[in-house]
Parts: sequence; C-alpha cells; structure tokens
Amino acid sequence: MEIPYTAKIRPDTGLYNAKLGIWLFLASEIMLFGALFSSYILLRVGAEPGTWPQGLLNVPLGTFNTLVLICSSVTVVLGWAALKMNQFNKYRIYQGITILCALIFMVVKSFEYHDKFVHYFVRLNDGTEMNGHIEGNPMFMTLAKLKQQNKAEFVFHPDAPKADHKEEGNAGVAHATMTIQTADVRKLESWGPWHNTFLAIYFTLTALHALHVIGGALVIFMIWGPLAGMWKTDPERYTNRVEVSGLFWHFVDLVWIFLFPVLYLL
Amino acid sequence: MQPKTHDTKHHDAHAPDHHELGFWQKYVFSTDHKVIGVQYGVTALIFMFFGFLLMMAMRWQIAYPGQPMPLVGGLLESILGDVASGGVMSSDLYNAFGAMHGTVMVFLAIVPLAFGAFGNLIIPLQIGAPDMAFPRLNMVSYQSYVVGGVIMMVSFFIPGGAAQAGWTSYSPLATLIPTDGQTYWLIGMIFLITSSLLGSVNVLATIIQLRAPGMNWMRLPFFVWAQFVTAFLLLLAFPPLEAAGVMQLMDKVFHTSFFLPTGLAVGGEFADISGGGSPLLWQHLFWFLGHPEVYVLILPALGIVCEILANNTRKPIWGYKSLVYSALLIGFLSFIVWAHHMYLTGMGSKISTFFQTTTMIISIPSVIILTCYFITLWGGSIRFNTPMLFALAFLPMFGIGGLTGLPLGFNFSDLHLHDSYYVIAHFHYVVAPGTIFALFAGIYYWFPKMTGRMMSEGLGKIHFWLSLLFMNLIFQPMFMQGMAGMSRRMADGGANYSQAVVGEGATLTDTIMHLNTTISWAAWGLALAQIPFIWNFFWSIRSGKKIESDNPWNATTLEWQTPTPPPHGNFVGPIEVHRGPYEYSVPGRSTDFTPQNEK
Repeated sequence: MEIPYTAKIRPDTGLYNAKLGIWLFLASEIMLFGALFSSYILLRVGAEPGTWPQGLLNVPLGTFNTLVLICSSVTVVLGWAALKMNQFNKYRIYQGITILCALIFMVVKSFEYHDKFVHYFVRLNDGTEMNGHIEGNPMFMTLAKLKQQNKAEFVFHPDAPKADHKEEGNAGVAHATMTIQTADVRKLESWGPWHNTFLAIYFTLTALHALHVIGGALVIFMIWGPLAGMWKTDPERYTNRVEVSGLFWHFVDLVWIFLFPVLYLL
Repeated sequence: MQPKTHDTKHHDAHAPDHHELGFWQKYVFSTDHKVIGVQYGVTALIFMFFGFLLMMAMRWQIAYPGQPMPLVGGLLESILGDVASGGVMSSDLYNAFGAMHGTVMVFLAIVPLAFGAFGNLIIPLQIGAPDMAFPRLNMVSYQSYVVGGVIMMVSFFIPGGAAQAGWTSYSPLATLIPTDGQTYWLIGMIFLITSSLLGSVNVLATIIQLRAPGMNWMRLPFFVWAQFVTAFLLLLAFPPLEAAGVMQLMDKVFHTSFFLPTGLAVGGEFADISGGGSPLLWQHLFWFLGHPEVYVLILPALGIVCEILANNTRKPIWGYKSLVYSALLIGFLSFIVWAHHMYLTGMGSKISTFFQTTTMIISIPSVIILTCYFITLWGGSIRFNTPMLFALAFLPMFGIGGLTGLPLGFNFSDLHLHDSYYVIAHFHYVVAPGTIFALFAGIYYWFPKMTGRMMSEGLGKIHFWLSLLFMNLIFQPMFMQGMAGMSRRMADGGANYSQAVVGEGATLTDTIMHLNTTISWAAWGLALAQIPFIWNFFWSIRSGKKIESDNPWNATTLEWQTPTPPPHGNFVGPIEVHRGPYEYSVPGRSTDFTPQNEK
C-alpha cells in the first residue's frame, strides 16, 4: 500500500500532501495567535485611560532579535534553493546559520526575561511605591519567601527616574540605595506576568512564540543532522521536508514581525 | 551472504501488505485508519456511557434533593470522600458532575465518535483512498485524545475534585473555585485541542489530496462533505479556545489577571491580583469555539443520515447541490453567530442585533438540509430497518431542537429563557435524540462493513423504540420547566427556590416541580434501554448473522465496493469513479443501485 502524493505533486491541486498539511496547520496557528492579538487589543482598549504601561521593554534588544529572525528566514530560503540546485554542502551551511540564529534569539530572549524577573515592585505600609532591584539580584523574590528566610531587612536599589520613561509610581522617589525593613513591606513582587496585564500578555505571547521557535529549530535541526541520510535515498522527499519546515519557520518569523512593534513600540 | 530469495521478497513493493504485525502494532499503535477509527469509536462510547452515569447521579439529586443515593451512594462516598458523605451528593459534587458531564459528552464522546471514529473509518473508504494522508499523525491524534481524557478523569480524584464551573468555564468563577480541577481541565483541553487539530488537518488533506481518479468534488458522498466542513470548523475555531485556555491557565497558575477585573472581591475582601482583565473576553473566546462546535456536533450526523436515507429510500438524495452549498454556508456563518450565547452580558443592543440577524440567517441552510431530507422520502419505497428508523427519528427530533432554538436566537425572548431548563431541552434535542440517534444509525449501518456480520434487527428495534420514548419523556417536560422559570444550574432541582414564595404566585408550582421525578425516572429508563444495544454490539461481533455479500445494503458508495472487512490499503485494485454518489433506481439498469465505480 502506497499513499499517493507524499512526494509527487497532485496535478489538480498542485500540492504534495505535506505542503497542504502545513498550510492548513498554519491557518490554525493564525487563529491561535490571532485570538491572543485580539485579546491584547481588547485588554488595552478596555484598560482605564492612562494606566496601560509603555516603554517597559528593551527596544534595542528587540530590534536586534528582529534582525536575527529576518536573517534566519533568508537563510532558510537559501538553504532550500541550494538543495533544489543539488548543492547539499551549501544547504548545510545556510541551514546551520538558521539554527544558530534561533539559538541567538533564544539567548537574547532569556536575558530579557531575566531582566524582568530580577526587577521588583515594592509597596510599603506607608503607601510608598517603588520599582528597583534587590541587592544580590535574586529572581522571583516574594514577601512570603523573605519571611521564610527570616530576613528582617534587605538592600534595595530604586530605578533612576527617567523623564521620557513613564514607569509606575517612582516619580519623586530619590535614586539612592536604601535598606528596607521586611516588616514595613506590604507588597513585593517581581515584574513577572502577575505584575500587570501588559506583562501578562507580553509573557504569554512571547513564551508561546518562543515555544514555536524552539519547536521549529528542533525540527530543522533534526532534518539537518540526524535525518540527513534521506538526501541520499529520497532527495525529492528530503527537499520537501526542508520546504515544509521552512514554511513553518517563516510563520514563526512573521509572528515576531507583528509581536515586536505591538509589544515594544506601540 | 543472505539467501537471495529473502532479499527479493522484502523489496517486492507491488505485493499487498501481508506481513503480520504484532499485537501492539496491530491494535494499539496502529497507523491503519480503520483500526484508529475503531479505537476512537470504542473509547468514545465508553466516555459517553460515563458521561451518562454522571447525569444519572445528578438526576437523583434533582428529583430527591438531600436524600442518600441508592445503589451508588456508598460507593461514591468511599471513592470521593466528604463530597458524598452519607451517600448524599453535595452541591460541590453536583457542580463537578455537571461541568464534567458537559465536557465529557461534547469533547470526549460525541465529537470523537462523530468525527474521529466515523471520519476515520468512512472517509478514506468513500473517496477511494488507501488510508489517511498522514497515518502517523492520525495515531498521535488518537493518543493525544486518550491522554486528554485520562487527565480529565484523574481530576475527579484530586483534593477538591474536578472542575466545577460548567463546561463553559466562565471566569472569574472558574479561576476562583478553590480546586485544581480547573487546571486539570485546562491541561486536558490542550491535549484534546491538539488531537482535534491533527485530526482535522488529516481529514482535510485526505479529502483534498487522496480522492480516487474520477472522484471530483460533486461526486463526493454528502457524508464526506459534512466531514470536510466539520474539519474546517475544528481547524479554525478551536485555536481561540486554546488561546483562552492558555490565558486562564496563566490566571490559575501564574496569578495573572486576564479575565479578572479590577476591584474583584472574594469573600468580602479585595482579591490580591493586579486586575485590569475582562471576564467578557473569556466568554467571547469560548463561544467563538462554542458555536462552531455546535455545528461540529450536528454536521457529521447530517452526513450519516443522508447516506442512510438515500440507501433505504432507494432514491437519489433530493437536492444534492443545495445540501453541499448549505453545509458550506453553515460552516461560514457558524463563525459569526457566537455572541447569541451572550445576550445577557450587557454587551449592547447594537451587537445583539447583529448576532440576532446572523443567527436567523444560519437557520435557513439548516432548514434547507432538513427539507431536502423530507422531500427525499417522498415516493420512496422505504426499508424500515434499524439504521433507517434511527435516521428517520433524527429528522423530527433535530427539527424540534432547531425550531426551539429560534426563541433563544431572538434577544428579547432569550431574556426570559436564558439559562433555564428550556435551553437544556433545546440543545439536548439537537444533540441527544438528534446527533446520538444519527450516530446509532451509523453504527448499525456500517457495523457489517467492519465485522462482516449484521447486528440483530430485533434487539435494534427494541433499542430504538425505547430510546425514542424515553428521550422525549426526558426532554419534553424540560421545555415546560424552563418556560416556568426553572434555572438550569440549581443543585437541588429548584426545591429551595420554589419554597421561597409559597402559595398564590409561587415561583415554581408543584406540577413543575413534580416533573423532576418524571424526568429522572425516564433518564434511568433510558439507561435500561441501552442494554439491548450493548448486548447486541458485543454479541453480534462473534455471533451476528453473517453477511452474504460485501454490499449487504445494496449501496452505491465506494466503502461497499471493498472486501469485508477492508484489508490494509482498503481496495484490491485501482479504483476509478464514473458517477455520482446516489444513483439508486436508475431506469434501464438491472439492479436498483449503481455503484460509483461501475461504468
């Protein structure tokens, strides 16, 4: 039993099975990210005027990552084109760069995440609110954890107030290292998704996107390395695999092209 | 230095696959669409029975609130503990059973049976394909469904029990109920959504790519069309629920506030949340899936009924093209009617008017389909076998379900009927005596194809008449209860509510309250009526009447033009299609049916 059109193109549709499959899958993915983008719009429109935070993210890093992904999309196409011209070694190099780009993207992303996890919001019992860093840069510190560790006080470095940088509640607070008594703290939380709705949608969207980057890079790597033997036995099907994984990669890239302006710039 | 004969045998690609597979590869990790179809079918039937058990327990609590359950009360207490202490169902347990009844029935029983089982079994056979386009994805799809189901089942046994916020899981309620059941529910849903995503990609690719030569679009049996539209709905409507599920999971696990508004108070105190979320957002995303899901439940049923009607009236189906276009129109419109579930949320009369209009428009193609079926009966020489009885009963039952939906689709009448037993009666008429009857019809109809034996007609008829009787005894009174104002989610069947205002102008009269008992006994009667079916199903596999030909119903479509049961690869030789799907009683032919592959 042979399933038809696994590698050959069906004349009346002009597609082989996997190519149709990936397009259908991408249609579904568009609905997934579309729903999240719609949620972003509705949450932002529904927020109290003036409360939606802006400028919390590192624009240069985001720009760099955008360029990295665009570069990887180009090399995916070049790799596939190289296979079509029977130049396997060229394909190896190009697709190698793609995988490297994916790695760079993830490393930069994890630095961005880390920045948020060591950044804190503090509200004292007297109502003072501050943002800044705790000495020693611990991640995910909470009031409960402080009490559990029997820390009566901790050293806090408040953020410098920036004129062009609207941040919550640190206007008027002096930029000086201070020691805060744990007993004086009413609320302490890092800038994780729980901190506000913007960070919630930022982490949800970018984490889901990052999962797609990891998944896509893994598939491209598997085809590039462990499964490359197929180039010898069934080159047509191998090229198709590269094409299909490339289509997915373009989609992942495209999602980021939308994510970057929406989250970093607007 | 291997013997040469060995080598050639191994590479002989033209011989049919006859090498024997081991048990695990053949029945558990199979990539054959027929085995996967049967796996889907059996698993879904078990889940359907389980969902029914949940409801039977709830019906006791509704009819006899606060009284210990007979037979199963002690068992429930020993398994679930405090929530069923003394064998009495607590409100928490009632809520959990209610939420899980809906979830199990929709996501674990009906859709996997209608789409997973029938789609897998029948589509490749009807279009003349050797298998699905992606057999391994097909296997993963089934496994993902099982994993999702197991997670849902495990949630019954965790501290606090299963999800309690209804199958719709409205936030903030779903987020704030102190049980991890909702987290299990969400993770289970993500597996189920993955399963349906893989399934729908597979079905679409199969129908588009693997049609046999000559099987052009207008020669597809209507069942295939129905599954085609269903697959599109699953492909495009489920992801928004997945997005919503991820966000609710974030709310639950990482304490975000996607669906939690600013100033939310729990137990008299402000909740420790950042706020700024929107409860309405969940409802929009949920119903964006939820409404297409309704058509996912009904379209495969319409497809099955169409096949059986044409076969047993011995006539071409009336208006094949209108059926196809109606199904496509339903598929499109089903994406823009979702907010008719939300008239009472205060989203505004302009939006309500839009959704009311689209809702009325979508009833037109549904009525066209039903009308075509009725006209098909006209002048036919009808064979009243069991599949046909179920298919015939489907027509008025689905008709009642559909027509009683109109008052819910108008926002002014929905104000009164919303969230009452009327709603329950309406959608159960569509799904229970509607879709489930069609599924039964399909099981009786295609059983001989899979096993080579017929199911017993006698037992089948007992099953049919009793089911028809009890289904109507259950759901007809609910219309009255709903119109009298009985709310649908009360754990005591409205006992407290009816006593709140006694005497003249009482909110719920004794007559209405007594119907609770009638309905409950009818529900248990319906359970008894399924015994002939279960017996028939298993008994017939081994001892049913053997079929004399591969085409016992004298049908025209391709699934009957194969050996019984179809071998791996389905067809013995290359197959070519020369005609439409329903060429029955063609004048000048020696038989009253002309198979699609006959010249």
